[in-house]
Amino acid sequence: MSKVIVVTSGKGGVGKTTTSAAFAAGLALRGHKTVVIDFDVGLRNLDLVMGCERRVVFDFINVINGDANLQQALIRDKRIENLYIFPTSQTRDKEALKREGVEKVMELLRRDFEYIVCDSPAGIEHGALTALYHADSAIIVTNPEVSSVRDSDRIIGILAAKSRRAERREKPVEEHLLLTRYSPERVKKGEMLSVEDVTEILSVPLLGVIPESATVLKASNTGMPVILDPESPAGRAYEDAVARFVGEQREMRFVMPERKSLLRGWFGRAAS
Amino acid sequence: MSLFDFFFPKKPPSASIAKERLQLVLAHERADRDSPDFLPRMQKELLAVVAKYIAIKDDMLRVSLGKEGNTSVLEINVEMPSAAKPVKRAANA
Repeated sequence: MSKVIVVTSGKGGVGKTTTSAAFAAGLALRGHKTVVIDFDVGLRNLDLVMGCERRVVFDFINVINGDANLQQALIRDKRIENLYIFPTSQTRDKEALKREGVEKVMELLRRDFEYIVCDSPAGIEHGALTALYHADSAIIVTNPEVSSVRDSDRIIGILAAKSRRAERREKPVEEHLLLTRYSPERVKKGEMLSVEDVTEILSVPLLGVIPESATVLKASNTGMPVILDPESPAGRAYEDAVARFVGEQREMRFVMPERKSLLRGWFGRAAS
Repeated sequence: MSLFDFFFPKKPPSASIAKERLQLVLAHERADRDSPDFLPRMQKELLAVVAKYIAIKDDMLRVSLGKEGNTSVLEINVEMPSAAKPVKRAANA
């Protein structure tokens, strides 16, 4: 049985593509055959974050229009077995993701893959609606910040009304909250909404908390999913989130300010 | 409250202000989201009809759908201007 996961948020810049890349990589590392699809037509970026930008020949729109078949467009990850990247097109035609075309592609992917991770564009327009339409599960990426929380609430409403599951009156899309760019130190000072605040407001079950970390930028600089960086706290937090997603119990990490020993306080600064 | 707090009142942390503001705005938006999408259109049409006879402004007519027990209640509120003047109609109307 395959599962379609949409990574969505409403607001831009909260970490959807970072999350899609990390999550897909995490699922593949656990042995699940996974494909990650870029739905952001015209603003392709998943290829860069995954480090395969120079291997893109055919894209999503080519496949929909019948100019290429799926096998030609899928890019096999060179680092992780079982992981494939499906890039989008840089066309400016935002409506290029035709409903029937996407439907056909999803059907084909469902035959071949255990997990299909859909990286949604920001906003609530055609691209975002198409990305969430086929979802069985949704990962709602949220920053502890007012505009992001509000937009997440909006996208939760849209999931409940406009997804295929909603249209067909099937079991609703399974929702998971992923709180990213979290800074326990600032929460402690009362400068940032806490995990409890956000989960209380949105009332969506918490999948994970990803701490604000310089390693996320470092990973995207080099085109490597952050989950592959063994030194990265964000990478570890993603690993935990993936484990929880597939049903493992993992305690929440990185939600309390780090206790620094005297030595780490002096020497740790240069390293972090 | 100690004398110190009286002279140097503590500002609430900004995170709790954020939470309060969010809860308020989302309560409104969720109520709107659950209402059927014909309501705004109906409100506009009703307003047009009433405005034909009584001079009222756009914000003086409100339509909302609520629930009371097991029945849905469609509420239409029309605020009358203090000295309700009938709209002058053309002589040949």
